[in-house]
This record gives sequence, C-alpha cells and structure tokens, in this order.
Amino acid sequence: MGGLALGCLGIAAAHATTLTIATVNNPDMLQMQKLSPQFTRETGIKLNWVVLPENTLRQRVTTDIATNSGNFDIVTVGSYEVPIWGKAGWLAPVKNLPASYDAKDLFPTVRKGLSYKGTLYALPFYAESSATYYRKDLFKAAGLAMPAHPTYAEIETFAAKINDPSKGIYGMCLRGLPGWGENMAYFTTLVNTFGGRWFNMKWQPRIDSPAWKKAADFYVNIEKKYGPPNVTSNGFTENLALFSQGKCGMWIDSTVAAGSLWDPKTSKVASEVGMVSAPVAVTPHGAHWLWAWALAMPKTTRHKAADMKFLEWATSKAYLKLVGHTFGWVQVPPGTRISTYSNPDYLKAAPFAEAVKNAILTADPNHPTLKPVPYTGVQFVAIPQFEGIGTEVGQQLAAALAGQKSVDAALAQAQKATARTMKEAGYH
Amino acid sequence: MSQPVSPTMTKAAPSAAPRRQVRTLPLLLPAVVLLLLWSILPLLQTILYSFQHYNLMEPPAAYNGGLNYTYLFTDSSTWTAIWNSVVLVAGVLAASIVFGTIIALLLNNDFPGRNIARLMAIAPFFVMSPVAALIWKNLLLDPVSGLAGWLMTLAGLKPIAWFSVYPMLSIVVIYSWRWIPFATLILLTALQSLDTDQLEAARMDGAKGFARLRYIVLPHLGRPISIVVMLESIFMLSAFAVIYTTTNGGPGDATTTLTYMIFIRALNDFSIGSASAAGVFAIVLANILAFFLIRAVSRTLQA
Amino acid sequence: MKPSLASRVVLATLAWAAALIMVFPILWMLVTAFKTEGQAIAIPPLLIFTPKLRSFFDATQNAGYLLFALNSVIVSVGATVLAIAIAFPAAYALAFFPGKRTEFTLMWMLSTKMLPAVGVLMPIYLFLKNVHLLDTRLGLVAIDTLMNLPIVVWMLYSFFKDIPHEILEAARVDGVGPRQQMIHLLLPLAGPGVASTALLSVILAWNEAFWSINVTASHAGTLAAYIARFSAPEGLFWAKLSAASVLAVAPILVFGSLTQRRLVRGLTFGAVK
Repeated sequence: MGGLALGCLGIAAAHATTLTIATVNNPDMLQMQKLSPQFTRETGIKLNWVVLPENTLRQRVTTDIATNSGNFDIVTVGSYEVPIWGKAGWLAPVKNLPASYDAKDLFPTVRKGLSYKGTLYALPFYAESSATYYRKDLFKAAGLAMPAHPTYAEIETFAAKINDPSKGIYGMCLRGLPGWGENMAYFTTLVNTFGGRWFNMKWQPRIDSPAWKKAADFYVNIEKKYGPPNVTSNGFTENLALFSQGKCGMWIDSTVAAGSLWDPKTSKVASEVGMVSAPVAVTPHGAHWLWAWALAMPKTTRHKAADMKFLEWATSKAYLKLVGHTFGWVQVPPGTRISTYSNPDYLKAAPFAEAVKNAILTADPNHPTLKPVPYTGVQFVAIPQFEGIGTEVGQQLAAALAGQKSVDAALAQAQKATARTMKEAGYH
Repeated sequence: MSQPVSPTMTKAAPSAAPRRQVRTLPLLLPAVVLLLLWSILPLLQTILYSFQHYNLMEPPAAYNGGLNYTYLFTDSSTWTAIWNSVVLVAGVLAASIVFGTIIALLLNNDFPGRNIARLMAIAPFFVMSPVAALIWKNLLLDPVSGLAGWLMTLAGLKPIAWFSVYPMLSIVVIYSWRWIPFATLILLTALQSLDTDQLEAARMDGAKGFARLRYIVLPHLGRPISIVVMLESIFMLSAFAVIYTTTNGGPGDATTTLTYMIFIRALNDFSIGSASAAGVFAIVLANILAFFLIRAVSRTLQA
Repeated sequence: MKPSLASRVVLATLAWAAALIMVFPILWMLVTAFKTEGQAIAIPPLLIFTPKLRSFFDATQNAGYLLFALNSVIVSVGATVLAIAIAFPAAYALAFFPGKRTEFTLMWMLSTKMLPAVGVLMPIYLFLKNVHLLDTRLGLVAIDTLMNLPIVVWMLYSFFKDIPHEILEAARVDGVGPRQQMIHLLLPLAGPGVASTALLSVILAWNEAFWSINVTASHAGTLAAYIARFSAPEGLFWAKLSAASVLAVAPILVFGSLTQRRLVRGLTFGAVK
C-alpha cells in the first residue's frame, strides 16, 4: 500500500519534470528528437529542445555554462569540450550506470575520449573517424584499383586520372570551409601523417615547420587542380551533397557520411561507393581522426536523476534497435557500441561497418603525432585556446586556397597569430 | 493660413520663455535614464573586462594590465578589420544611394501596377538578415547548384565561387539588397511630397526632363539622403548576421569587420578580455564617427 | 505637355524591371520551397513542376514553429508599444521645448545604437541571469525596446516638429496640462507619424537576430532563432531551408505589404518639408 502510494507520488513527480536539451541540427540528433515522444511515454519526463547549428550551439552552451545560468539540463558536447569542461568542473560526472546499460560495450577509445582523469563525463551518441570514399565505377572506367590502405602519393595520381570537370566530376573533394571543426579537422590529420604537429613539448607552435609546408602545398595543389569550385565554402555538409550527387571522384571525410552515401534515398551513387582507410603519407600516426557527439549534464542541472534516465535511454542498445526498426538499420547512430558491429541486421544494411569499426578502434587521441606532443586529440588540441587558433589558421589556409595569399604567407601569418595567442594565454 | 512654425534644434522660438515653464525633465527622464543604464552599465563592465585575462573556458578572470590593448593595437588584423568595416559601410551606402535614388525615381512615375511594383521593390527590407544570407549563399550564388552559376554556364563562362573570389563584394551585394529598399522607401516618400506645382511650373518654363531632375528633384533629395546615410551607417556598423552565415569573416580576414572581429574573439575564442578591449575601441571609434555624422545630418536638417 | 508615350513606356519598363530584380530572390525562395529536395538543386533549374507541401511539413515537424512565431509577435509588438510609450513624452519635450541640450540629447541617444551588441553580451547576459529574465519574452522585449528606443524617439521628434505649435500653445493657455496635450492633441495630430514609427519598430524587432538567439533557450526564441536551426544542417536541404525561410519572413512580409503605403507616406524622418 505504502509502496503503491510512493510509486504514484514518484510518477506524479516525474510528470512534473521537463528537461531542456540543447543539441546540434544534424540528422542523427533530429532522429533522436523525433523518437523522443517514446521516452516521454515510458518515463513521463517531458523534453524541450533547443536545436542549433554546431557553432551557434557551442556559443550558446558555453555562455550558459560558464555563467552558471542553468538554462539547459542536458547539453550535446563533442570530444573536444568534454576534457576541458570536465577539468573546469562544469559537467556532472556520469556515475552508477546500471548493469543493463553495459558500459563495457562502448568503444574504449570513444569512452576514453569522453573522460577526464579517468572520470566519465558524457555518454556517446555517435562516434566517427575519417576514411577515404571513392567511386568504384569511375575507378573501374579509368582502370584503377583502390588499395585498402592508400598513400597520399597514390591518391594524387588517382585524382588526376578521374578528374573530369567537363562532365561535372571533380577528382578530389576536401573540406575547405574555414573552422577548427571544418577544414582544420581534416587538415590536422594531413599534417599529422606528414609528420608534423601543432606544438612541441614546450607549447611552441610548429606551423613554420617543413611538415606543415608539405601538407599545405599538397592540400592547396590537389584542390586547385582537382577540387570542385568554391572549395572554401565546402564543409562536411557541402561535400556530402556533392558526393551524393555524383560530383566527387574521391572524398576524405568523416565515417558518419557512409550511412547516407550508401542509402539510395539520399545518394545517387549508393551502389558505386567504395570506402577504404584514410590515406597515409609519412606516418600512420594521426592519419584518421576520432570524434564523438555525446550527451552530458551541466553541473547546474536541477534534474540529475531524470537527466541520467534520458542519457541512458538515448545511448542504449534499445535506442539503436528503435532507430533500426523505425528508420532502417543503415540510419543507426554509428561508432558507439561494439555490439552494433556484430548485429546481423546492421551488418547486412551497412557494408561499410567493418571499415568504420577498424578506423574507430585504431584512432589514438593519446598519441596523435609522430613526434611527442604535450596535448591529446587527433584532429584538435584539447586546450581552450584551440577553437580560436584552429579557426584563425583555418582562415589563413582558406585564403591560400582561394588564391588570395601564398602558402608561405598564410603559414607565416598562422604561426605568428598562434604564437601570440599562446603568449596571451600565458603558456610562455 | 499660417505657416507651420518649425523651431530648429538650436534656435529657440520667440515664445520660448513661457514654454520653459513646462517641466520637461519628467517627460525626458524615463527615456534618458533607460538609455543611460543600457549604454553605460554594460560599458563599464566591458571596460573592466578589457583589463583582464578572461577566457570563458578557463576561469577565473585575472587582471592583466593593458595587455589586451597592447595586443589589440599591435595586431595588424585590427587595422584590416577597420578597413573592412569602412569598405562594407561605404559600399552599402553607395549602392543604397545610387540605386535607391534610381528606383525611387522610377517608381515615382505613374505607370500600370505601380503599387505592386513598389511593394516588390521594398519587400527585401522585410527579410531578416540570416534569411537573406541563406537565400543568396545557397539558391543564388552557389557555384554548383545555384542560379548564378547556371546563368554563367549558359553564357559560356566558368561559374565563380563568389564567396572565395569576391568575398567582400558578395557581402556588400547581400546587404545592399536588404538596404536599397530602405533608401528607396525614404526617397520615395520625399519625392511624393515634392510640390507638383513646382514641377509643373518648371515644365511650363520649358525645362527638359533632365534639367528638371538635375535642378529641382535631386536637390530636394539632399535631406532624405543624409537620413539614409546616418541610419544605414548605424545599422551597417553593427552588421554581422550575413557575414556569420556566409563567410565567417574569411577567407583569411577578407570579410572580418571590426564588429565581426569582436564576435570572433568573444564567441569563437571565448576570450572575453580581448573581445572587450576591441569592443571598447569600437565604441570609441563609433562615437567619433557618430559625432561627425549626426552633426552633419542635423546641419542639413536645419538648412 | 506630357512626356511622350515612348518615354513613358521605357520608364515603366525600367521601373518594373527594377522591382522584379529586387523581389526576385524572395520569389525564387518561394518557388524552391514547393520543390522536392532533388528538384531544388537540379541544374538547369526547374520552373515547371508539381508543387509539393512536403518541405513545409519537414520545416515545421518537431520544430515548434508556432511558439517561435507567437514569440516574434509578442516580442516585436511588446517592444514597440513600450518604446513608443517611453519615447512619446521624450519626443514631445524635445520637439516643443527645445533647450540648449536638445541637440546633444538626440545625438547621444542615436550614438547608443552604435555599440556592437556582441561587445556587451557578457554583461547583459549576466544581468539577465541575475534578474531571472534569461529565456523570457519579457527579457527580449526589454532588449528590443532599448535597441529601438533611440530611433523611435528620433522619428517621433521629427514628426512632432512638423506640427503647428500654435495648436498646443492655445491649449496650454487654456490650462491644458502636458498629459492631456499629448493624449488629446498630439496623438491624433501625429497619428500617421506614430503609426509609421510603430511599423518600423515592429519590423526592426521582428528581424533582430543576435539577442534572440543568444539570450533564449527553449521558451522565448523568436523566428530568427527558429531559422538558425536550418542554417547549417548536415546535409543540403534547400527546399526545407526555403520553406523555413518562407515561414520565418511571411508574417512580417504580409504585414509590411498591408502597411506599405502608410510606411511610404510616413517615413519622412522630418526630412521632407
């Protein structure tokens, strides 16, 4: 009797709870929003959504959390923020996950990326690495064969052979849109594999090193010769659209694109897509990245118990199954759970599964470069200043790509600006 | 019939003495106090921040002397940003005045469907900047799937990547598209109040179309143009939505205006200290400009 | 002596051409909104197709469009009413009782509009937080009121200057106080001016984007915040984007069209004499 009364009270209290969730406007998150009435039915917890593009979201959430304003109960954060915000004490740790959640099923690299000093601060919603996409039909027609582990030298010769702008086919699509999470995510992997690094062990920027110069020359050269027009406006989204419409011969980008490239509903070339690992130049260290979008609780949240319920629900095995049944298995948020990659339904729908799994398992944010570095993160540097630095350097590269500056001038300016920012921030 | 008495701002009308008996202070107070609070309090806080090393991601803030200002003034990109602001404001103003005048003159004639044509010419003013930017960036100027690219291919040209090749021009075009209608609106109003008798008399005197335009109509537009200059300068100085949606200030720093630079420092770098220093600098510059601008405008208003 | 028919035809053609060029981007957005995603990016662009409402469905599903639209209406109207209520007495005082500081006051008010919003985001944000106005319509109303106040004062001031002083003078001699003067004489006399001031203020508040995005979360965002969620999605959805854009600008566009003549007549800023 007492138990029943208590249970009713519990439900009544749960009914009163409304969580405000801030998230990015990418397809996987929008799916989550669409499915969320199911969560409300199961738990009685209501959800309010704030959906913004990545950059705007980051501004909005950072302002809110830094001022302890508490407008959000759950925020969507990436691998970059988690260690920084964890260190600043802005996030509530994720603790006491039930056995049914099976936390060991999460990819260890991904889980580590969402922890700071061994404490988990967020649960991964989806995770990605980077890979090389190519068009099998074009390669066949040109008499080429794509190796499973291509080198950048090979990639360049392939690009030259399949480039055919008169037919609207560009040999190599790459990110050119300036931003630390856009062109610099890709470009940093290029620098890594050419043997370069952002900083040496004394936190001195190494943008003026030969490895950066080689990487930048390669990047500008291949895009000028075999890239689509308007490269500096093309980020992930734009390139995804270009490749889906059959305008790219090759594209090196996030593994998360595979889901829509292989889906005939969104891709004209679904039957012709091939996927191999990201190319390597001098070293395999940091040649492909690791990123996760995850859900976390700001420490200002007033509904920790309800938050945890949602975090567990949205990152559970059951949720993946729900997506599979509702939208099709190819649409399942990838990269978070090892069990997904032994699920026969998923493997049947996603021929790229093995490549994604290997890429995520082998990306190592703790040893991202050939030479030692004081930071973690493959395609970013996990310090608060990196957003500013990455975007500034990204702009310089875009200027070189647009032909407004020489590569040397752009790198010199980037080195100078980065050195300044580091000095301003008190690193030396 | 009595002429409307229009006292100017500086000259007190003859009956000024009894007028001062009305206590104007309580009437003015709400507006003045609110604006004072709105402009001074945040400014004081901003000045305080500008002397701190304060990164939102790395609390707490700490006093760092004038270091933010030293960095601001020794950074060549500050001067580039000021120059970009000048180009943007001047470009949009020039386009607004030239095309605004032409369109207003055309729409002032009597022709079939005049009201609909007017509405169409003024419509862009109602479109919010982010939407304007999205339409232009994607539907119109995208070199692969946009309309401009297709038109250029038809003409046998290679589509241009507008935002990388002519970034500032693209921004000016988009903002002009939004603000030419505003100029048109104000200039059209002015033209409609132009005395038709006056024009008729000139016509009787045999003044040809062009002479009428040159000696009667255009001088009449001096004042409304100065209004356009002042109001559009105010709005364009703080413009940022179109840049944010299209170029993000780039490529390089080609479209980073002073306002946008502050935005990057504050909400991309989260470096509140250096953003505040740049903000204080911008406010000083804006007030210097405001002083001359408003002075010039109020002079033409009194003339 | 009328201009020749030929020159009238030429001028009319030019006028229509100018009008069509200006409105074209809006029309193109409207057309694209009724296409499918595939048609939206097709080259050559499709002009003849079966219009579909699918994109409008996509743009409103789960997006809470109605709440954003309601917020836009409440915030822009609220801010306008408040700004006029505060500006009216001030403009009255400035126009009819000019003093030595009148010019300075007007100049100073306008100059407050020149400070870049982002430069003061943190102080304002912290203030709103402390008075619990973050993510509230009232908070946005307050901000938009203060943003528009200088322009509203200035416009009302210039309308008031055109009103014959004798009328108010006579009333004053009869012992009518300032409040009665304002309500019973000035308001009817300056009605059209007040109306076009209000129109401009509504338009400016409706289109304000920076604060609307940065001080709201899930409750008070206006349509400017609504459109933000479509501005850089992962995937190119031009039809959906166009539909969302149409939904964001349609209300103010219709409102603007209905009141356009009033705006044309009213926006003189005292510049025309």
